[in-house]
Amino acid sequence: MPYSGFRVIKEALSGHKGWTPAWRDPEPKPHYDIIIIGGGGHGLATAYYLAKEFSQHKIAVIEKGWIGGGNVGRNTTIIRSNYLLDGNEPFYEFSLRLWEGLEQDFNYNAMVSQRGILNLIHSDAQRDAYIRRGNAMLLNGADAELLSVEQVRREYPFLNFEDARFPIKGGLAQRRGGTVRHDAVAWGYARGADSRGVDIIQNCEVTGFRIENGQCKGVETSRGFIGAAKVGVAVAGNSSRVMAQAGMRLPIESHVLQAFVSEGLKPVLPGVITFGAGHFYCSQSDKGGLVFGGDIDGYNSYAQRGNLPVVEDVIEGGMALFPGLGRVRLLRMWGGVMDMSMDGSPIIDRTHIDGLYFNGGWCYGGFKATPASGWCFAHLLATDTPHPTATAYRFDRFEKGRMIDEKGMGAQPNLH
Amino acid sequence: MIINHPLLGPCDAQEFIYKGDARLIDRPDGMIEGAEAAFFDYAYLRDNPAGQHRELWFHEQGDRSWLVVTRNTVTHEITHVELARDVARKSGQSA
Ligand SMILES: Cc1cc2nc3c(=O)[nH]c(=O)nc-3n(C[C@H](O)[C@H](O)[C@H](O)COP(=O)(O)OP(=O)(O)OC[C@H]3O[C@@H](n4cnc5c(N)ncnc54)[C@H](O)[C@@H]3O)c2cc1C
Repeated sequence: MPYSGFRVIKEALSGHKGWTPAWRDPEPKPHYDIIIIGGGGHGLATAYYLAKEFSQHKIAVIEKGWIGGGNVGRNTTIIRSNYLLDGNEPFYEFSLRLWEGLEQDFNYNAMVSQRGILNLIHSDAQRDAYIRRGNAMLLNGADAELLSVEQVRREYPFLNFEDARFPIKGGLAQRRGGTVRHDAVAWGYARGADSRGVDIIQNCEVTGFRIENGQCKGVETSRGFIGAAKVGVAVAGNSSRVMAQAGMRLPIESHVLQAFVSEGLKPVLPGVITFGAGHFYCSQSDKGGLVFGGDIDGYNSYAQRGNLPVVEDVIEGGMALFPGLGRVRLLRMWGGVMDMSMDGSPIIDRTHIDGLYFNGGWCYGGFKATPASGWCFAHLLATDTPHPTATAYRFDRFEKGRMIDEKGMGAQPNLH
Repeated sequence: MIINHPLLGPCDAQEFIYKGDARLIDRPDGMIEGAEAAFFDYAYLRDNPAGQHRELWFHEQGDRSWLVVTRNTVTHEITHVELARDVARKSGQSA
């Protein structure tokens, strides 16, 4: 039954006894048309769009833990489409448009909040770079606005404008950017997929692939073999481990990224801000906590926890930009494992094994991509052709020299 | 993390720059047959294991030596540290 305001009132009057679980807990069937490995945002969105937009049937999502326990439940929830390069910007703008209609589409309150994102400018060179980026965004139909320092001051008066080393000189704003309740994204897609017949199988780890004559026939799991005509892998930080089971080595390293949340405060921070001269970005959650983070720790890691030097670095960046932060108490910090690709951009592609498809390399920016990633991966799985906004996300771009390197850092994943 | 430098003793990992998998020492010969494929593999593909990982760290804020550190990527525990120079010599990559 759909969720609505009317239903909340009705349930309130009848003691909330009519709510049922939002998705089933089915036993795995022996065979599916399509199996998606990984019950994160991308895997669940893929299953949802396969069923809803591409009329596919007999779909399962296989998750080793519980859905939403990976990066989709660990990120800092920022959505935006402020990329520079042609291979990326149309894809991220497609994603932002999907975010704008998502809650109506899957009938779930994901608290999509277009409160705006502001990238701060601290030097003339940075202003030039941001003007260029803003123009690239406008050319791709996204919104972008260059703010003077006076405009920034009006919206964010508490920032450290006169810092001796990194004074604030303006900013690049994307008003349609913002934040989303991350867990609700996983739950909303799960519920939407389940109601269209998708089996979401939790506590089931994929331990291998059955590949015969170059054709993927299904997956070995901790709950036995499950056959499938097509298998799509969307396991984020575990991409290399899972694809190694199919004998593949990827252009990916796994790195840990940390995030932090403070005690709840009254509204202080209207939108998302990013420091242009250090590793710090921050927003305020609807519960009032300041949610912030910085850069990855910088060494290969599967630990889901980071180390203190980066904590110090993030807090230093925060204090340099937003001195009031010093009075706030930290509530929690955590880490997630990022699939850092060699050019900082993702891969949504077929593999050389028939019936085996891959989605990964999202680095620290895959949450905003969730709707478009799911849609484009579903498009690829259903039609065997890439979605028009995802044609550049191919495996062979490294070999062919067609990198999508937003930062221009080369094959050094800890610098992207 | 503390890296036990073979010459200097325990050092904070913050003094180092991280480069990645120590297989980067084994740079392919650009003149061989199939060099293009070998360089693609060398530059872009990684084993990226969960567990023991041999990796290159550069002591930028110290003696500027390159080290090969054996570290567990699941626990961050460091079990072995060698001078990259010695590793490279053993594999014939350095005189
Ligand atoms: C601290 C932090 C902050 C971030 N901030 C942002 C942000 O502000 N904006 C943004 O856009 N992005 C952000 N990201 C990145 C974003 O969270 C990820 O890129 C994105 O969530 C990855 O896709 P996913 O949701 O499918 O991953 P996950 O939720 O990690 O899903 C992958 C799933 O695969 C499962 N799996 C793995 N191996 C197996 C197996 N063998 N068998 C079965 N299942 C398996 C895992 O258990 C997991 O549930 C952040 C990430 C972190 C950690």
